Amino acid sequence: MSDGTFFTRDRGWHPPAFAPGYKTSVTRSPSRALISFPPTLSEQTGPVFGHDMLGELDDDLLHNYAAPGESAIGPRIIVYGRVLDEAGRGVPNVLVEVWQANAGGRYRHKKEGYVAPLDPNFGGCGRCISGEDGSYSFRTVLPGPYPWPNNGNDWRPAHIHFSVFGSGFAQRLITQMYFEGDPLIWRCPIVNTIPSREAVEQLIAPLDMNRTIPMDSRAYKFDIVLRGRRSTMFENRPEGN
Amino acid sequence: MQRLDYLKESPSQTAGPYVHIGCVPNFCGISGVYPEDLGGVMRKPEARGEHITITGCVWDGTGTPLRDAMVEIWQADADGIYPGNEPRGQADPNFAGFGRNPGDQNTGEWTFETVKPGRVPMPDGRLQAPHVTFWIVARGINIGLHTRMYFADEEAANAEDPILGRIEHQNRVPTLLAEPQGQGAYRFDIRLQGENETVFFDV
Ligand SMILES: [Fe+3]
Repeated sequence: MSDGTFFTRDRGWHPPAFAPGYKTSVTRSPSRALISFPPTLSEQTGPVFGHDMLGELDDDLLHNYAAPGESAIGPRIIVYGRVLDEAGRGVPNVLVEVWQANAGGRYRHKKEGYVAPLDPNFGGCGRCISGEDGSYSFRTVLPGPYPWPNNGNDWRPAHIHFSVFGSGFAQRLITQMYFEGDPLIWRCPIVNTIPSREAVEQLIAPLDMNRTIPMDSRAYKFDIVLRGRRSTMFENRPEGN
Repeated sequence: MQRLDYLKESPSQTAGPYVHIGCVPNFCGISGVYPEDLGGVMRKPEARGEHITITGCVWDGTGTPLRDAMVEIWQADADGIYPGNEPRGQADPNFAGFGRNPGDQNTGEWTFETVKPGRVPMPDGRLQAPHVTFWIVARGINIGLHTRMYFADEEAANAEDPILGRIEHQNRVPTLLAEPQGQGAYRFDIRLQGENETVFFDV
């Protein structure tokens, strides 16, 4: 335990709550200013998840929902990277959960109405826990783009949703990973809630031919950066706490 | 001039309408991948302290319940110790501290079965009132919303709570108070917008 308080979140780097190009945000965005306070133990601590919760196939979306001997249909990929903090340090032992559409762009969800077919061997969820240097990886299929009702003809770029716990609950983050070269990225109203092009680029994973497994899977690298932490949590604590 | 070598935090993106697939797959019918959904059970029967339930709903600016939200909570045990990475000692082993709930698909209502948290000190030693940290994501929410729930029946502790005291518009404090319903049940509604918009924090 050598963690302290967090770097202040740069709210201008993140999407604002109210982003009318993404219509659903209009009635779901707080309109009053957020109230700041210095982090307390309630924000500095967070749930800890152990490797014992993981099943053997949790990080293998090709097989974790497939019938024995079968595998999900679609381009096989490896997604790997590190969970870092803003100081560039790896963040170990954090739970990374992912979910995505199948190779045709269809989610396994009862609210999903896209005509693309379900893949009987693809569930669409996976998880892993970062290693001592913050590294993580999983394998899956390349998700397809899909249409969604916002403007008349909006399509989501291919993407994987990421949910990440840090070492403190104030680092909690949900984001999305996009793929190098996808022309839909810059047309997407959800991507465009992010104010700067530079910040969007941080969510685009490059193809990494060095990590590609010949005759098997292509690899994409996606580093996730959580808020930085200052010095030791309790080095300045008063006696008795 | 030299450059500071900091990275930028990954920008947030909405959890979208299918957050359940990744975070509570069993809830949305994807069974056989994980044995159970994370954060579904916060306490064992032996957990110390008062066993309580917290029921509520997240409401949008038109007064419509969110049926696709995911609500997470994080809190101390009955003695005010956080499970997990807590520097002050070991929390109650029968209490998890973390809960995750997708809400009812028709009503949007969620219930956490937990314990009443003890008081947790500020870094300067002053005691906070008993509280539960909430984090809310959903389609249309671009960055997860942090708030806190306090207990309306803890008037004395609430009156000296340093965080509640920072709220300039004190008439908004009641948006953070869960109302006791008897027999350990509390009601806590979260309003994203409008006249009684919940106080959200930049922690
Ligand atoms: Fe999606």
